[in-house]
Amino acid sequence: MALTEAGPLALTSGDSDTVYKPAGVFTRPKSGGTGWKSWLTTVDHKKIGIMYGAAALFFFIIGGVEALLIRVQLWAPRGTLLSADLYNQVFTMHGTTMVFLVVMPIGAAFANYLMPLQIGARDVAYPRINAFSFWAFLFGGLFLNSSWLLGGGADGGWFNYAPNNGVIFSPTHGIDFWNLGLIITGVASLAGAVNLIVTVLNMRAPGMSLMKMPIFTWMTLVTQFLLLFAIPVLTAAQVLLMMDRLFDANFFNVAKGANPLLWQHLFWIFGHPEVYLMILPAFGIVSEILPTFARKPIFGYPFIVFSGIAIGFMGWGVWAHHMFVSGIGPISVTTFALTTMFIAVPTGVKILNWTATMWGGKLSFTTPMLFSIGLVTMFTIGGLSGVTHSVAPADTQQTDTYYIVAHFHYVLFGGAFFGFMGGFYFYWPKVFGYLLNEKLGKANFWLMLLGFNLTFAPMHILGLQGMSRRIYTYDAGYGFELWNKVATIGAFILASSIALFIFNIFYSKAKAKNLPAVGADPWDARTIEWMIPSPTPEYNFDPIPTVSRVDDFWYRKYGETKDGKLVRIAATDDVAQKLNDGKHIHLPSPSYWPIVLAFGMPIAAYGLIFNLWLALVGAIIIVGGLYGWVLEPPDDPEASHDDEGTDTHSSDGGDAAATETSGPADEPSVLDPAKEAETVG
Amino acid sequence: MAEALTARESVKAADAHAPTAHIEHDTNTGISNTKLGMWLFLASECLLFGGLITTYLLYKRPLEGPTPEEIFDIPFTSTSSFVLLMSSLTMVLAVSAIERGDHERLRIWIGATALLGATFMAGQIYEFTVFVREGLGFTTSRFSSAFYTLTGFHGVHVTVGIIMLMSLVLLSLRGKLPEHRSETVEIVGLYWHFVDVVWIFIFAVVYLVP
Repeated sequence: MALTEAGPLALTSGDSDTVYKPAGVFTRPKSGGTGWKSWLTTVDHKKIGIMYGAAALFFFIIGGVEALLIRVQLWAPRGTLLSADLYNQVFTMHGTTMVFLVVMPIGAAFANYLMPLQIGARDVAYPRINAFSFWAFLFGGLFLNSSWLLGGGADGGWFNYAPNNGVIFSPTHGIDFWNLGLIITGVASLAGAVNLIVTVLNMRAPGMSLMKMPIFTWMTLVTQFLLLFAIPVLTAAQVLLMMDRLFDANFFNVAKGANPLLWQHLFWIFGHPEVYLMILPAFGIVSEILPTFARKPIFGYPFIVFSGIAIGFMGWGVWAHHMFVSGIGPISVTTFALTTMFIAVPTGVKILNWTATMWGGKLSFTTPMLFSIGLVTMFTIGGLSGVTHSVAPADTQQTDTYYIVAHFHYVLFGGAFFGFMGGFYFYWPKVFGYLLNEKLGKANFWLMLLGFNLTFAPMHILGLQGMSRRIYTYDAGYGFELWNKVATIGAFILASSIALFIFNIFYSKAKAKNLPAVGADPWDARTIEWMIPSPTPEYNFDPIPTVSRVDDFWYRKYGETKDGKLVRIAATDDVAQKLNDGKHIHLPSPSYWPIVLAFGMPIAAYGLIFNLWLALVGAIIIVGGLYGWVLEPPDDPEASHDDEGTDTHSSDGGDAAATETSGPADEPSVLDPAKEAETVG
Repeated sequence: MAEALTARESVKAADAHAPTAHIEHDTNTGISNTKLGMWLFLASECLLFGGLITTYLLYKRPLEGPTPEEIFDIPFTSTSSFVLLMSSLTMVLAVSAIERGDHERLRIWIGATALLGATFMAGQIYEFTVFVREGLGFTTSRFSSAFYTLTGFHGVHVTVGIIMLMSLVLLSLRGKLPEHRSETVEIVGLYWHFVDVVWIFIFAVVYLVP
């Protein structure tokens, strides 16, 4: 709430007798703390973004260990490290973890941290819902992984096809954990999607029309719309599965005439938009990095934007290309083969735009730039192998082979994750106030590129040779031995590159003590998040900038001569904002309730699996949390600048109204009883 | 009902003090964050119900147990559907009341909306018990699972709506729903209308389409 001193709101702050203290409801925690408690109750989009990133890296290590187990098992024919059953669980949990608990939340981390900065907002539209999203994601992820300790993980592949996902074929609770855990993270994603879309649409800085937004913000918007519509389809499917597994319903019970293809359809109607919503944030990040290090504006801004939107729409019309072998009939197969070819077009437009952005630019090959170029090249390989799936007869041959595994690792690791690594190196100084070491960073890139290609390129060959995925071992004599060994060696090189990245974080932090501060703009970058001090102050911008064009910050620093030459018109220090204590800026207060509400959900989920009484406890926590949330005073009553008059309205209603109308243009009333409406149901 | 909804003296005073000015929404779209958020949430809900309705259409012919034709009581369900639709009317009247600053009427119409919603729910519960007695359990057939899940899911939505409406009445009685917060009522109304519209689809697809 960016209510500044302009309004008469400060008048009510001194009246201690008007402070509303509802029975049994805490006053809000103090803002501005730095201890661990401040992280539990924070509603600051930057802290939440950092927590998303940290949690995702934690899950990444779990998923990575699972990947290494798979690769060690496949090192030689007849491997004995994992049993067939355990292998099923490991690859299922590897896929689930990497998709839902790593790639999606890293996207959320960047969206949370950067998007409000790129549009010049004080925070997101609903700060408390933002905190709730994070905690629900974290608890959902922990719940999902707790299945390892409570009878074993899910074992049906990350898509858990029916009827394999039924109790008959998967009698442990693994799939229940998978199911309920992903419903919880789905609620988190949905709340996040509503939040971030409203933020982008409603809270842009003055002058920033939609077509002046940075590309990353655009891609965030498209991503969140995809989430908004894709997640409920998965949730519907998972509700059906839950009914089947826990309450003996007949949705996937073939004996009662159920059609198992229903699951595949629902899953992939979610699942294909899902792959785009994993890749688009990375596309957004490289669209920020490439122009910065080519020192040229992005080539064809409208094309990048509209191709992103086109991907968002067309992503809904290709789902059945995951199902060419399921017997959906020649007309369906032809239709989806054609749409699959078409969707390569907007993606190709992006590749062209990035290439043209670099063309003729003054390229500087920093680590973020290397990772971005890595994305462009590796994703192109993955995209090309993807288009081959639209050749349905060939796809019939490739389905369920390592060719598919190679393809989606090229787009998700070579695409999304390379983009994220670039984003980490690029935005690290903005977030943490120190640069990551460039030498180690470049070593990190080359090691990762080498390990990645050694791991996944051979899988194309293995797949075309007929090696099936999801089979725990293979026999000698089929020609699989060599390439499996190469892939396993590659996987360990890949793991060491991640270790190097983590080492670089701590190494650079230690070294940064002896280096000068990085300043607002270490890369000579283009968008307005670089005009604020590093690390970002809690209040983000002061004052909120007025934006007049794409790459606004760049054009505050540079102008063009008549013959198109770039000239500096202002020193960075002169156009960057100075750090101040921010005491005059009112920020949303922290809250206890998001974490309480999120905590109730895994409790209820454990209850559904083990004991319905426990589910009741979880439900009570959820309902109690909701009421605490709604009845919570809109703001910290003891803060120096009180919020508008909901609490203190008995003092003078007219004043309260005046406050609301006189607030500055950027902030709406976010803490409002109607909040319940978004979280219930 | 009206008796219970009449405010205490202190609340009347609070009502009288409630400011009359409408708030301007200083957002890029001109729509407040909360309202835009509700629209987005409802858009998302369409897909959730879409998935469940599709499932029902796939499974409406059971292989065993009672069929839809044997079990549905169309006149009864039509009546309870009518009751639910009328609640949209009372909801509109409630929004209109708070915009005029008539807090008494607001509480009456919100209460009426909740009551109509509760009547619908009572009808659904009665209907379910009758069906179960006639041999249509949740696990009987693919039709029964799909039917109970779809209509039950809708019922949960109505129940959540009733809880929100009752919370609004309580807020209003405590004087915490001044006129400049009329949008809160409007947003709960959006949710309520959505639940009604979804029921029109469900009623048509489940009960009327042969």
